[in-house]
This record gives sequence, C-alpha cells and structure tokens, in this order.
Amino acid sequence: MPDAAADRPELRPALDALAARFPGEVLSVDVDKGDLTVRLGKAGLIPVLRALKEEAGFNALEDVIVLDNLRTAGEGGKRFTVLYQLCRFPGADRVRLAVDVGEDEGLDSAVPVYRSADWAEREAFDMFGVRFEGHPGLRRIYMPEDFEGHPLRKDFPLEGRDGGV
Amino acid sequence: MTEASGKQPFLLTRADAFITWAQKNSLWPFGSGLACCAIEMIATAAARFDIARFGMELFRASPRQADLFIVAGTVTNKMAPVIRRLWDQMPDPKWALAMGNCAIGGGPFPTYSVLQGVDKIIPVDVYVAGCPPTPQGLIHGLMILQEKIGRSHPTKELLDPDARRSR
Amino acid sequence: MAFKEIDLNMGPQHPSTHGVLRLKLAVDNEVVLSVEPVIGYLHRGMEKLWESLTYTQVVPLTDRLDYLASLSNNLGYVLTVEKLAGIEVPRRARYIRVVLAELQRLASHLAWLGFQANDIGAMSVLLYGFEARETVLDIFEEYCGARLTIHGIRIGGVPHDLDAALAARIRKVLDGIPKRLADIRALLDDNRIWKQRTVGIGRIAAGDAIAYGLTGPGLRACGLAWDMRKDIPYSSYDEFDFDVPLGRNGDVYDRYLVRLEEICQSIRIVRQALDGLPEGETSAKVPRVLKVAPAEVFHTIEAPKGVLGFYIKSNGTDKPERVKMKSPSFINLQSLEHMCKGNLFSDVVGILGSLDIVLGEIDK
Repeated sequence: MPDAAADRPELRPALDALAARFPGEVLSVDVDKGDLTVRLGKAGLIPVLRALKEEAGFNALEDVIVLDNLRTAGEGGKRFTVLYQLCRFPGADRVRLAVDVGEDEGLDSAVPVYRSADWAEREAFDMFGVRFEGHPGLRRIYMPEDFEGHPLRKDFPLEGRDGGV
Repeated sequence: MTEASGKQPFLLTRADAFITWAQKNSLWPFGSGLACCAIEMIATAAARFDIARFGMELFRASPRQADLFIVAGTVTNKMAPVIRRLWDQMPDPKWALAMGNCAIGGGPFPTYSVLQGVDKIIPVDVYVAGCPPTPQGLIHGLMILQEKIGRSHPTKELLDPDARRSR
Repeated sequence: MAFKEIDLNMGPQHPSTHGVLRLKLAVDNEVVLSVEPVIGYLHRGMEKLWESLTYTQVVPLTDRLDYLASLSNNLGYVLTVEKLAGIEVPRRARYIRVVLAELQRLASHLAWLGFQANDIGAMSVLLYGFEARETVLDIFEEYCGARLTIHGIRIGGVPHDLDAALAARIRKVLDGIPKRLADIRALLDDNRIWKQRTVGIGRIAAGDAIAYGLTGPGLRACGLAWDMRKDIPYSSYDEFDFDVPLGRNGDVYDRYLVRLEEICQSIRIVRQALDGLPEGETSAKVPRVLKVAPAEVFHTIEAPKGVLGFYIKSNGTDKPERVKMKSPSFINLQSLEHMCKGNLFSDVVGILGSLDIVLGEIDK
C-alpha cells in the first residue's frame, strides 16, 4: 500500500472526456497501484500533450521513459513503448501517457510543448535509438558521438561490444 | 635495485635521500575528482583529516603544476582520453595513485561505458581500495607512496638518462 | 569596439565544475552568450546494470548516483519497489527513515555550502562546512558503518534500530549545527562581496523555471512552494510540522538562503521524529528472494537536489524489467544556459554552484 495515493482516479472522467475529443487516438485509460496510464496512438501524442498542458494544467513533464519490448511484444507488437510522465502543480496529480512506436518509426518531439523534454528525448535517442521529429538538436547525450549501437536495447550486451578504449 | 644501490657512491645515496625526502614531503596532488571518491578526497583535504600535515594541501587545478595524479572515481571510456592527456601533461617526476575500486578495476560497474581500471592507460604506483576508501585509507595509501618515493634513486636518472625508474 | 565572440571550453577536468562536466561557452568579451553542457563523462551504465541484478542488489548501487546524498537515493528507490510490490513499512521504520533522510539533507546542503562558497572565493567556508558535515557523517558511520555510500535504507525498512544512545548523540550533533551555521552566516549573509557576486546573478523567473522542469531549492527560490514532502507525502512526512522556505527573486543569493533555511527545517524535523519515535519493528517481512508480479509504477521523493523519481517495471521475476531514474540534477542543468545568458563569464561558476548538481546523478 503506498504511503499516499497521489494519482487520483477522479481524474479518470476528465480523461474519458479527452478520449471523446480525440476519437481513435486515446486507446485506453487504466489505473493500477495508484498510477493512471493513458495509452495513445502516435498521431494523438502532441495534441493530447497540448490539451493536458494548456487546459488541464499539467505543467510539468517529469520524465520520458522508453521500454524495449523485444522480448515481450508478440507478433505485430511495436518494438518500443515511450512513456511520458506528467505532473500538475499545484495539486500534484500525475498521469502517464504511453505510446507504442516501431523500430524504424519516428515520434513527434514534445519539445514545442514542454521545454524540459529536450534532454530527455536526447537520452531516449542515445540509449534506444528512438527518433523524435522536430527536436531542436537530436544527438547523443551520454555516449561519445562516434559510438555505435544503443546500449539500453535488450539485445545490446552489458559489457559492450568492442572492448571500449 | 639493491645491487645497483650497492654500487652507488656514498655522496649520491645521500643526495638521493635528500631529494626523495623533499619530494615525498611536498607532493602537490592533481586531484582528478571524478565521482564519489572525490568527495572523500576533499574530506581528506579538509580540516578533520588534514592532508596538509603531509605537505599535500596544495591541490593544483592544472596538471602542469602537479606531481601526484590522484585518480578518484570511475574512469569511463569517454573520459579515458582526457585522463591520458592530463597524465601526459604532467612533468616528470610524477606518480599516480588509483583511489577507489572503480579506478583500480572498474569497481561495481562491469558495463559498456566504464574503463575497467585506470592502469590500462596510465602507470599506477599505489592502489587504494575501498568504495569509497575512508580518508584514513587514503592517507595510508599516501604514506605507502611516500615510502615508495623514499626507496627511489633520482640521481641515477639524472646521471644516466637511459635508466628508467621501475614502477 | 568590435564584437568578438570567443569559444571557451570549461572542463571536463576543472576544479569548479563539481565533477566531470564540460561546458562549451561562447562569450562576447566577458559576457556569456551561450552555454552548452556536454555530459556523459561519468555515464556508468547503471540502468542497464540494474536489469541484471535483483531488486535488493540494486539498492547499494543507488548510493553511487547522488553520492552527496546516498540515503535519499536509497529511499527513492526502495519506496518505489515497496509501492510496486505492495510492501507496508512499519511506522517505526518510517520515522527512522525520516531521521536518516533529513540528516542526509543536512550533510548534502553543508557540502553544497562549502563548494559554493569555495567556488566564489570564500575558501574558509569550505573547511567550516565540511567540519560541520563530518559531525553528521559520524552518526551515519555509527549507524551502519559507512560515511558516504551508506546503504542505510533497505527494502521493507531499515537495517538497524535507532536506540536511545544513538538518538542522544544525534541530538548532540543537532545542538552543534546552528552555532556553526551562525558562524558561516556571519561571514557571508551581509558580506558586500558575497552579495555582489550573488544578488541578481543567475536569475530565473518562476514561469521559466517550471517550463525547464526545475525542481528543488532552485524552484523554491523563485517563490513556488513545490516540495514533495508536502505535496505527495511519503514515509510519514505528513505527521511532522515544518515549513518550506521560499525565495523571491530566483537568483543565486535566494537559492543560498533557501538551502540554509532548509537546514534549519531539517533539524526541526529530526527532533520531532526522535521525540515521537513509535515502538515497533524496524522492517517489514520481505522474502529473501523478492519476486514481483508484472506491474509498473512511478514514485518520487524530495531529495536535497530536487524531485528524484524512479520508474520500475516488473516482469514476475526477481530482477526488474526496466528501472528508469528521473534525476533532478539532469533536468536542473538544462536551465543553466538560461540563467547564465547575459551574466559575466566569471559568474558561471557561481551559478553552476547554486544549481547544486552532482554528475553521478546526471550521468547515471
């Protein structure tokens, strides 16, 4: 049992209304362990982010998280799931958006909506190879410029490939 | 080493003793503070553990003014060329101390981005183990380094340019 | 006078960059035009490594993230695992965690104070701050044997009990801190040179701060009362009475004042926790091999540097499928350019110090 369930399921009606506004893009809304997750289609990402920021007051993008579904995605499943963790201040409500994206697909950059997405998207690109269209300067952030491969992918070995230096 | 010093004239061994006494009691560290060990290195230099007792309070920011390279923390593959260049920029005589498990052998990080030991790129004189080593541990390592310096023969190198100081 | 833009490189080896940070500066004579931080010189592959370790084995590695506040990292991670696995922590353990976390905040802020003052030139404050910090580290060493990478908070509770003798020693340390702090404040608060180097320097407006995702004392110095201990309380923080210090101008001086006041508030919280320490167990019963059913959670705490978050996805085994850390310093560093633009080049060091970043946390 968490100390304080900050992610209030009362947000659910508001998000169901969102689903009505963006038909076909909001795929599901669920609550688990106090966390609210909204699954979206790729095309709905930026409009939903904008709506949540400007109308619902979710003024902070706390994190952009990428999951590699290499071992868990079935036939026809997309390689990556990109999660956007949003928070509303004051009030401290949270909502998580989840978008599936394939290995060779790009995703629209969230930087025009949330400036704090800048480095988070660069990290996602560096570690997983997810491309963000419209990012002001998408390049590696942790690994050296000439590094080959994307380390956090499940098929990249922990010790690395070429022995480093 | 022993038979070499046996052949050395008395005056030169006395000169050696004087030079090494001066060197070991006035080491100027170049603190390459990379990660957590850097904080313990700074704590060693602070008031409670007081590295100044050993003549080492003058941490130089530039490698060209330092003679002891303390590698304190994890060396990553991205940082390795920088460490190598800093070592090359230090003038002789110079010594290196690998502080902490990461500098010794990669520490708890057997990963794609971590150099598994700084001795892969620079010659290390003393290894101080710990994660991080306590200030007492670092001081013990520094005292061992002082003993090592005390055993060296600087005049031999002055007179015979081909003689390499064995590490 | 002709306009002359110079590109300057600062770091990754530099005494004032608080670790291996590289800053690419473009300056017009002495005025900063742009700052581009280059990071990754301490990227150790922690998140990848965690996927091959059990939940319990990950805890000591979290110490190495923000190495100036390791207990906070421990707390952030174990609270997320407990939320994921549905583990309920006994009240006594929660109080002891609050004592440890607030003492850690004290130690972290004292180290920050030393570094910030040293960077600007007040070198004796480094020694005073570190000596005050040593008294707190003595407590940690007595509690679980380590000074810096402490691993003093585990999944389910805490490893050791806090007996009356240790509580008395903590109280003695807390009695000594205000005097040391008063000495430092007497040197700096109304010091003309200190104020010239900090007031009005590195300003950020509240709206920009939120846009950049700034959290922690940097955000509170802009006047915004956002503190996870109050907004989304964890580990019984809602049972304690404390204030959240706020600034007004969002400059280096206000960040300095906010952190100093946070030290006083931390002392207040620890005293309350010690006075009200309930009876009970120091840890929940956690299986030796902790397997967690598939789920995903995100949880945050108020670490000394800002809002620290962990996202964990479990897959039914004893190893996590994915652990992602939301690092406050990583996000805070993005606002460095905004704060530095238009200031003098020699203020970059002061502004960077006031952000209070730790490269271990930024680079993971």
